[in-house]
Amino acid sequence: MLGHEFIRNAYLAGTLIALACGIVGWFTVLRGQVFAGDALSHVAFVGAIAAAVAGVDERVGLFALTLGLAAAMAGLGSRAQADDVTIGVVFAWVLGIGVLLIAVLGTSSSGGSGLIVANTLFGSIFGLSSGQSLVAAAVGLGVVLATLSIARPLLFASIDPELAALHGVPVRILGLALLLLIGAVTAEGTQAIGALLVLGLIAAPAGAALRLTSKPYLGMAISAAIALVAMWGGIALSYGIPSLPPSTAIIGLAVGAYALASMASTIAL
Amino acid sequence: MANPTLSWNLVHDVHELLAYQFMVNALQAGTIVAVMAGVVGWYMVLRRQSFAGHTIAVMSFPGAAGAALAGVPGAVGYYLTCGIAALAIGREGGAGRRGRSRESAAIGVVQVAGLALGFLFLSLYSGVLEQLETLLFGTFLGIDRNQVLTLLLVAIVVLVALVLVGRPLLLASLDPEVALARGVPVRALDFGFLLILGLAVAATSQITGALLVFALLVAPPAAAQALTPRPGPSLVLSVVLALLVMWLALGISYFSIYPLGFFVTSLGFGVFLLAKLTGLARARRVRRGRGQDGAGSQEPQPVVAA
Repeated sequence: MLGHEFIRNAYLAGTLIALACGIVGWFTVLRGQVFAGDALSHVAFVGAIAAAVAGVDERVGLFALTLGLAAAMAGLGSRAQADDVTIGVVFAWVLGIGVLLIAVLGTSSSGGSGLIVANTLFGSIFGLSSGQSLVAAAVGLGVVLATLSIARPLLFASIDPELAALHGVPVRILGLALLLLIGAVTAEGTQAIGALLVLGLIAAPAGAALRLTSKPYLGMAISAAIALVAMWGGIALSYGIPSLPPSTAIIGLAVGAYALASMASTIAL
Repeated sequence: MANPTLSWNLVHDVHELLAYQFMVNALQAGTIVAVMAGVVGWYMVLRRQSFAGHTIAVMSFPGAAGAALAGVPGAVGYYLTCGIAALAIGREGGAGRRGRSRESAAIGVVQVAGLALGFLFLSLYSGVLEQLETLLFGTFLGIDRNQVLTLLLVAIVVLVALVLVGRPLLLASLDPEVALARGVPVRALDFGFLLILGLAVAATSQITGALLVFALLVAPPAAAQALTPRPGPSLVLSVVLALLVMWLALGISYFSIYPLGFFVTSLGFGVFLLAKLTGLARARRVRRGRGQDGAGSQEPQPVVAA
């Protein structure tokens, strides 16, 4: 299986994307910001379409839009957490712009828009070139290192914002930083498993980890490990069963892990 | 379709709109959907369940794809998956900060599980791919009489259900503890409301598409609640704004080559923004007025009609 270049690319990019999703996701779930992650990942889709219309590299659009919206969300909300109504209205509007861009794309280029739409929404991890997967891996590594470097103060700020602010922890800046990291992860993950499914790698492993343990660093490690196993297993499964799309296999495993953890914690209670 | 031409004569424009049966159907369907979304969305926004609403809305995608694969009518799939998602989300409800964070993860997991299944159905049944954009972003062309009648039926069921549980649901949404103490079945209402939301969303998404139902569900109610805190007027305002957005969007998209979804979301966003700004301006005026009263100023405050 590893003899194919596209599989090696998928594993290289997938490994680091999964680690980044698992760790950033742990904070996202801890702070109850999954909806923000959801909005950012759907907006990534619009970024990719916009890039296709403008004729620039897909990644430019992905990162520009997710990071931009992340900053906007941090600016709109108190304590750098926008409330769910604002998130909902803003991202519904951005999706509407996406619809417009699809129509523009459909009239300007003859066909092909359907493929771009499907690829952006559901990803194409087997379609990554070696250059793309190297960049994806580098960004993933950067996100992991950045998150770990702010992990301590971010943990403090997430669990008790008032006390953290009293101790001089920059709560607002940390909130912004986390949203930017979520934005980067979603932009990155969109290329691999799609704008609609990247949320799965953010929410499911972290949700499972938080069900299993309340210890922070152990939880982060479990979350990253589940994301990694889902990614590796999903790629292998989909290679073995050609009619199973890789994104579905990866998300299926992550959701399965969440369901198991959820059951285990219910029984333990 | 004859060439749609927009003139300055509005009466003539409306006449031209209504000359086509498909446009009449679209307007009727849009009206029903807007009323339903205005009411159901109002409760959704009040209960801070936007994420749940969005997730249930997205579930119509696997519903449609699955129905195509199984060879049953799309509507069956819509109602089935939206209902299942509503039940799955309702099971995870919980109070408190910990419950909130757990719930948001659970909703996210339900959403991606549904979407991943939808993608699987889509790739197993290659024929739907051309309709992917329609599934996600909707169309107002080709709505037939039967669909309008079905929508009307669903809307009546949804609205009657909401009228029956409206008052206890309001109390349970605003203050669950007090509601529990008074013997209101809060947990049952949580479930019931999610099912109502699922029903409304499944019906709406057939017109607006899975991704854009949400615009209609969240923007007009959010705008209405920003404008007035009183439940009755803001509920009415929510319906009025939803109708306004829907009618204008349908009118504009008839004369334009661009899709309905763009106009619905943009108008919704515009309405929300205006309402927010009005609300902010009013809050500032009230605060400034109080500050001057405190300073003992006898100057009469300028009364600005809102």
